[in-house]
Amino acid sequence: MYRLRVRTWRLVAALVVVNAALLIIGDALAPARPQPATGAGAPRARIGLVFDVGGKDDRSFNDVAWRGLVRARDQLGVAITTIEPSDGADREAALRQLAAQHLDLVIGVGFIFSADLERLAREFPDVAFAGIDYAPTGPDQPPPNLAGLRFREHEGSFIVGAIAGLSTRTRTVGFVGGMKIPLIRKFEAGYVAGVKHVCPDCKVFSAYAGTEPKAFADPALGQELALAQYEGGADIVFHASGKTGAGVIAAARAKGKRVIGVDSDQFHEAPCCVLTSMVKQVDVAVFDAVADVVAGRFRGGIRELGLADDGVGFVANADNAHLLSADVVTRARALAADVIAGRIEVPSQ
Amino acid sequence: MTGRARTIHLTVVALLATMAVGSLLMIVAGASPLHAWGQLLQKTLGERQGFGQVLFRATPLVFTGLAVAVPLRAGLFNIGGEGQLTAAALACAVVAAALPPGLPAPLAVLIATAVAFLAGAAVGAATGAMRIYRGAHEVIVAIGLNAIIAGVALWLGNRSLFVGESTRTATIPAAAQLPELGLAGSNASVSALGALAVAALMAWLLARTRVGFTWRMTGQGLDAARAAGLPVDRARVWAMTVAGGMAGLAGAHFVLGHKHAYEDGLGRGVGFLGIAVALLAQGEALAIIGAALVFGVLGQGGLAIASDVPKEMVDVLQAVVVLVAAASLGRRRA
Amino acid sequence: MTAPAMRVRASRRFGDCVALADAALEVAAGTVHALCGENGAGKSTLMRVVYGLERADRGELELGERIDLARHGVAQAQARGVGMVHQHGMLVPTLTLADNAALGHEPVRGGRYDRAAAARALVAAAARLGQRLDPDALAGDLTVGEQQRAELAMVAARATRLLILDEPTALLAPREVDALFAMVRAFADGGGAVVLVTHKLDEVMAVADEVTVLRAGRTVASWSAEVTAAEIARAMIGGEPPPPATRAPTPAADAAIALAIEGVAAPGPRGGGAVDVTLRVAAGEVVGVAGVEGNGQRELALAVAGLAPVARGAVAVGGVDVTRATVAARRALGLAHVPEDRHLHGLVQGASVADNVALGRLAEVGRGPLIDRAAVATLTTQLLAAHDVRPADPAARAGALSGGNQQKLVVARELDRPGLRAVLAVHPTRGVDLAASARIHARLRDVAAAGAAVLLIAADLDELLALCHRVVVMHRGALAGELAGAALAAPDARARLGAWMVGATP
Repeated sequence: MYRLRVRTWRLVAALVVVNAALLIIGDALAPARPQPATGAGAPRARIGLVFDVGGKDDRSFNDVAWRGLVRARDQLGVAITTIEPSDGADREAALRQLAAQHLDLVIGVGFIFSADLERLAREFPDVAFAGIDYAPTGPDQPPPNLAGLRFREHEGSFIVGAIAGLSTRTRTVGFVGGMKIPLIRKFEAGYVAGVKHVCPDCKVFSAYAGTEPKAFADPALGQELALAQYEGGADIVFHASGKTGAGVIAAARAKGKRVIGVDSDQFHEAPCCVLTSMVKQVDVAVFDAVADVVAGRFRGGIRELGLADDGVGFVANADNAHLLSADVVTRARALAADVIAGRIEVPSQ
Repeated sequence: MTGRARTIHLTVVALLATMAVGSLLMIVAGASPLHAWGQLLQKTLGERQGFGQVLFRATPLVFTGLAVAVPLRAGLFNIGGEGQLTAAALACAVVAAALPPGLPAPLAVLIATAVAFLAGAAVGAATGAMRIYRGAHEVIVAIGLNAIIAGVALWLGNRSLFVGESTRTATIPAAAQLPELGLAGSNASVSALGALAVAALMAWLLARTRVGFTWRMTGQGLDAARAAGLPVDRARVWAMTVAGGMAGLAGAHFVLGHKHAYEDGLGRGVGFLGIAVALLAQGEALAIIGAALVFGVLGQGGLAIASDVPKEMVDVLQAVVVLVAAASLGRRRA
Repeated sequence: MTAPAMRVRASRRFGDCVALADAALEVAAGTVHALCGENGAGKSTLMRVVYGLERADRGELELGERIDLARHGVAQAQARGVGMVHQHGMLVPTLTLADNAALGHEPVRGGRYDRAAAARALVAAAARLGQRLDPDALAGDLTVGEQQRAELAMVAARATRLLILDEPTALLAPREVDALFAMVRAFADGGGAVVLVTHKLDEVMAVADEVTVLRAGRTVASWSAEVTAAEIARAMIGGEPPPPATRAPTPAADAAIALAIEGVAAPGPRGGGAVDVTLRVAAGEVVGVAGVEGNGQRELALAVAGLAPVARGAVAVGGVDVTRATVAARRALGLAHVPEDRHLHGLVQGASVADNVALGRLAEVGRGPLIDRAAVATLTTQLLAAHDVRPADPAARAGALSGGNQQKLVVARELDRPGLRAVLAVHPTRGVDLAASARIHARLRDVAAAGAAVLLIAADLDELLALCHRVVVMHRGALAGELAGAALAAPDARARLGAWMVGATP
């Protein structure tokens, strides 16, 4: 017992020394912290943003939001802080952390923040909040300092559905969703309607990666689901599944089949195979929200961004010209015009 | 007495080891550990809002820590906290939302809390009964129940309980919502006081009562306890039952004290983190409070320095604490 | 004078507890040296230092030449020709004897394990010690005695200098002890040295050439010539040995049956166990159960205590059938249990002495759902004082007590209580020092005299003959014979019981 005591306290002493060394060495090694902006003046606003499941590098939804925020920082001269919550329970705490610093604007990226944003907006009336894909949780109007930014994903999905229906050679296409929730159902409904609009007897497979948030971050499952659809005869698959989509694109590459990206232009994920992408201009929405705050014209309430507002759309450029025929692009643009003009009613469910 | 010295020693080693690993990670991430640790402490213990958030995070960890510690003392390992918490939170939210309007607040809270306790306890009792009367290992059973409950809760929610486009149930009436402590815009609610009281109650139960004595003796010497005529089987099922109830109280904390509804993912990970809390506290009911605060500081502090260090760091640090605690427990057993 | 085969001098502390205080031992080649002492005197620790299992804080060791104790370990000890046979065999039960012998030293031919060579080597090693054994027998199929002789042959095959046997006879029948000692003698006659660690004086007198006595970690006496058992005992205890145990007064012929075992069958986990045992113990009567370990005594005891199911038959305490009753119900009827394995069944090692008292006495210290800590403290203090348990510290960890004091604590808790009607005592003095044994024997006598029925299961015939009114022998799960009254005092009692124990008819 006596010897044990000596040995154990020796361990404590060693740990203390190690810690002290690490603190000193680490401080010397660390790059100088950026001093609060001087000269150029204080930032014009302080903006905080909390990412959804999947995190900053999902190369999809969160990534686009991040790009919009970076653009705002560079062009509008705002200071930014971001948090990637490590798990569900942290989401509200992360928003709260930012709100408690009384930033000018706190953005939550993802429908999952809706209830937390409502509550925090009431608790911190001096802070402006914005929720991407915001879905009201009750019959009440959202508080005036909360801007709910929603997209008419079914409209964009309708157009890429039509592109799929026009481009398929097997008359069979597929859809892979992330978490099975009303938001993703909107993608599916618009997509199916688009396919059927141009090709009434085409077959559409549909699959979801799960019913939990992690369904947006499961590439292995995404690949499996997509492979099953390709092997079942589909030659084009549209995914709306965040990070899970990386697996869908990998499956397309492996099979030499085509895939439709989502949220951002995913062409560079697989130049062989990404037919087009249903882009959701989250970056534009984020940038605009910041710009509104900077300009002092922020207002709360729900805004829906559709084809008409360039909130959603599809990609047709030099990159994917070898995959997407000009005829199809022409036809797709015409359909978009019809939707905007109200000549076509796109179902959202 | 040597036990207490051990616990103090263990805590010091665990904290120092955690700090060393954390410093290394911070250096790799290009941050100054001196600055980052300073920020972490400042934003958790140095300001009211941050401290409130630490309390708020520690509260459910006290409950799930007890949910592990009580069976641990009785010789069983409860890793079913996740499922017990989920079942309890869902039941609590549904019942609370259905309470007749005009019910006085104390009564509403009492009913909702009791429902949460009982729902968690039922799951714990099932686990214990499977272990004692059917010989199924409680860890395996708990893994199964965790998965089943998660699935059923989500299915029930999507089918009928979730409101509108959301993944949360209807908001509970104001009467059933726990008042906040008013710590500068933090979430800390009176459930923090509840956690203190329950931990004290458990410590008293273990030290002074027949059932607590039976738990301790069963855990330390099952065969001797049985040979002396103690009802070891019943006691162990009760230990799992009470444990489930404790995890259920964590569920009530989230529903009544924070979200005011059940939502998908509510309290996720808190059940598992309770294992770490209980190990660090060496199964001592009162030490659970301190251990939960340690994890609360780590969790909240991780958010505070999230822009300097990768989000995974906090997970790694929590794992370091668990490893040190587990290694020490192993040595005690040897 | 030639150099001794082994010479050691060592000190060792465990925390505040001094295990060895400059204990010294010198063993000459060709002799059997008995190392005696009470439990906790440091015998095993000293031998573990020699064999490299335990470090010494200070000391010196010679094995033909000076050994650096700081670098000493089992491998070094074995390389110097030291071997050790442990009390609980170290054989792998699912391997044959030859495979066990080869484990770690497999003879190789053509790159493969040469099983035949291993078998030949083992048979030869046994033959040198005058033993025949079957190298292809599975270790698990042999009796404890056979296993121990096989292990001795294996160790002796490699240990050329010194053979250490640590309490080797604790689990053996008298005839098996004789066979073991014949091997030990043959080894010494071949020029090797033997250290026999024991506290049984009859063994010392039977086989040892020289004797060293340890007490409290010190060497207190050493004889190489004639010495009497009484002298050794005095050296071990450091005073006069306690008077021998006495029998309780014979109960009246019409005394009520307090403990009844009627045709009980209680199988063990791997077969065996008790087959058909009928025993009726009257109030005030002490009935002994003798037998070689593994003949169903353990299963019978567990079934009576309520810790294992009764497959057939019935058990009654004070006339109440308890065949299916819980342990608690049996205790409430006045059944006390001094279990065979005090580490496992007797005490909660990690809990305090006071908790261990409360463990068996909840009925007295419980107040509804609470436990009256003052009552626990009072009861504990009183029991510790009355039964001379040391240290008399209710807060001490039970596992920190010496074996004798642990057993005194169990006996105090179980036997010193109100409403006692029947006692089941299993090997109550095994591994317990002489003074503690004497106290336990006296306590058993006293409770019988006060009217309790005592069922005493033990391997030590001296103990049974001294205490019991009646002794039965268990063999292969059934009662093989019974001696009572005058027959127990007859000179041939020991021989008759010993014959029944190995299945012979006297």
